[in-house]
Amino acid sequence: MFSARDEILARIRAVNRASPVPIPRDYERTRTVPDVLGLLDERVTDYKAIVHRVAEAQLPDRIADRLALRSVSTMAVPSDVPPEWRVPAVTWLPDEPPLPLAELDTVDGVLTGCAVAIAETGTIVLDAGAGQGRRMLSLVPDYHLCVVRADQVVTSVPEALARLEPGRPLTFISGPSATSDIELDRVEGVHGPRTLEVLIAT
Amino acid sequence: MGVRNPVTWLGSPVFPKAAHEALADTQLRRNLRKATTTIRTKRAGVVAELDDWERLRQAGEAIKDDVLANLDTYLVRLEKAVTARGGVVHWARDAEEANRIVLDLVRAEGADEVVKVKSMATAEIGLNEALEAGGVRAVETDLAELIVQLGDDRPSHILVPAIHRNRAEIRDVFRRGMAEEPASDEPRDLAEAARRHLRRKFLSAKVAISGANFAVADTGSIVVVESEGNGRMCLTLPETLITVMGIEKLVPSWQDLEVFLQLLPRSSTAERMNPYTSVWSGVTPGDGPRRFHLVLLDNGRTATLADQVGRQALRCIRCSACLNVCPVYERTGGQAYGSVYPGPIGAILAPQLAGDMHDEQAASLPYASSLCGACYEVCPVRINIPEVLTHLRAEAVRAKGKRTPEAIAMAAAAWVFADPKRYEAAQKAGSLSRLLARDGRIKRLPGPGAKWTDSRDAPAVPKESFRAWWRKNHVQRS
Ligand code: SF4
Repeated sequence: MFSARDEILARIRAVNRASPVPIPRDYERTRTVPDVLGLLDERVTDYKAIVHRVAEAQLPDRIADRLALRSVSTMAVPSDVPPEWRVPAVTWLPDEPPLPLAELDTVDGVLTGCAVAIAETGTIVLDAGAGQGRRMLSLVPDYHLCVVRADQVVTSVPEALARLEPGRPLTFISGPSATSDIELDRVEGVHGPRTLEVLIAT
Repeated sequence: MGVRNPVTWLGSPVFPKAAHEALADTQLRRNLRKATTTIRTKRAGVVAELDDWERLRQAGEAIKDDVLANLDTYLVRLEKAVTARGGVVHWARDAEEANRIVLDLVRAEGADEVVKVKSMATAEIGLNEALEAGGVRAVETDLAELIVQLGDDRPSHILVPAIHRNRAEIRDVFRRGMAEEPASDEPRDLAEAARRHLRRKFLSAKVAISGANFAVADTGSIVVVESEGNGRMCLTLPETLITVMGIEKLVPSWQDLEVFLQLLPRSSTAERMNPYTSVWSGVTPGDGPRRFHLVLLDNGRTATLADQVGRQALRCIRCSACLNVCPVYERTGGQAYGSVYPGPIGAILAPQLAGDMHDEQAASLPYASSLCGACYEVCPVRINIPEVLTHLRAEAVRAKGKRTPEAIAMAAAAWVFADPKRYEAAQKAGSLSRLLARDGRIKRLPGPGAKWTDSRDAPAVPKESFRAWWRKNHVQRS
């Protein structure tokens, strides 16, 4: 008896298929814009996320400001974020050993870095690398504060994919979770973090 | 084989009859018009932002044609890559086999409930019903799917399955189906109700089931595109993840995603990028599910591949742009198509997957179009839907034996739908439904249509209406 695998492959091979087509790649793989950080700011804001531009040296102050403003008291954090990001006056819960899911569900928020950001689409990509942690860390808490460094920002989708490693678990984030399922009215905030705040550090 | 393909719903009336009923539902038409008009305008805006949109479409078309030309090679390559990264690959010839594989996997985990992220492939094979029959509850977690599931309803749109429901109706559905009722019928409160309703299920689920938007043959990476975060929950929290994907969902290389991650969001939700896209390859220790199963589904796809004209339907990336521009869809809604794949893509894909042009319902679907060509213009992978429709109509005619009353009703609709001018005339003269049977008789067609009805004393179509069938079918299912 044929296995399903053999049979499906045999069915495909029995078909008279077209000879391979050359793939035209004359679309724009890179794009240049005058102010890539400005574009990122504008496009992320467009999704109703909160965006701030901040000098690298001011990062800890800005993190402290933002958390104080939201009256945040507990924050989950990947254990390898730069130590100065863990500002005082907040209880930091490093994900090492891994935080139990139930605990992640009760923290006020999570702070992470990112791997790449795409200005044109207002997208931040996490690849579970340095300062980002495992995927559920940036998913379960209701508030996600994300630091993007200027050198992580590219203009277009093709440029971003070229920088990413396909074998890693990747999450592309464009604004807070949202739905348009009710009369196509966009509502921000369903299952993922309902508030996304981005600090663009230059 | 010999088992019926569940891609079309058993007992659905033929398209003209179902369409006639839907046309009489003014609430449905109002909901649909509002929704499709909104999304059409938004799509045009985000598409216009990209100067290279046409070139991206051409690349998308060529990449998918390359996939179809080398499908065996790429499938084997994908299998190898996924296996190398700790995943397990299964192959399923048809719906029944796929359902059995998934049920066995769920049982092996000892789970009696699974969380699901919206997937056309699992809807196509009737997985939820099969799991239910096997004692496993499938919880839909996408807001629209939840509305459909709690309302014991059928989906009506690929992307927004509850597009036919307005906020007041949704509130009622939630009131009946949730422990805590929504605070109001504001979309924000309805979304909040869904969040609370599903939270515990996400945090405790052992097994999740998903579909896939793309799979990269070279790297074994699977891509799921979504908005609400329910996808991320399903893809990362449970210990076991089962993904069911049609064999045509492949792209050859990682680089190819740069085309589709631009084409898909702008065509579907009319956004520059959807809120969340997840990509994973096999299993990552310490991050996400510990076990990953990939079920590769044929279910009529290899038969579709064999049709030189019809095979282009396999390029489809399920963006639903063609639904939103279709004048027929806008008036009839999705349920009239009697398939999980409604609209122009449904009209060419469902009958091909079902693979039986002797089935009157399937054979009526290629007539669900005025051949106006709007679908072809927006399709991000340039599927020439009118060409395939015409081709399938010829097949339906060839397969047809005696002309039953159903067939004549179908032909009447087809005659008008076949020519944009006749269609417009019928529209102008009043309602499209005039060309279809009402009160047991086919009414005289207005304007040019009169000629057709004059020369034939069109007999009555069977009594049962789409609604009546619908209700009956529901009682049977619940
Ligand atoms: S046929 Fe084209 S436009 Fe329609 S859903 Fe498929 S990809 Fe989108």
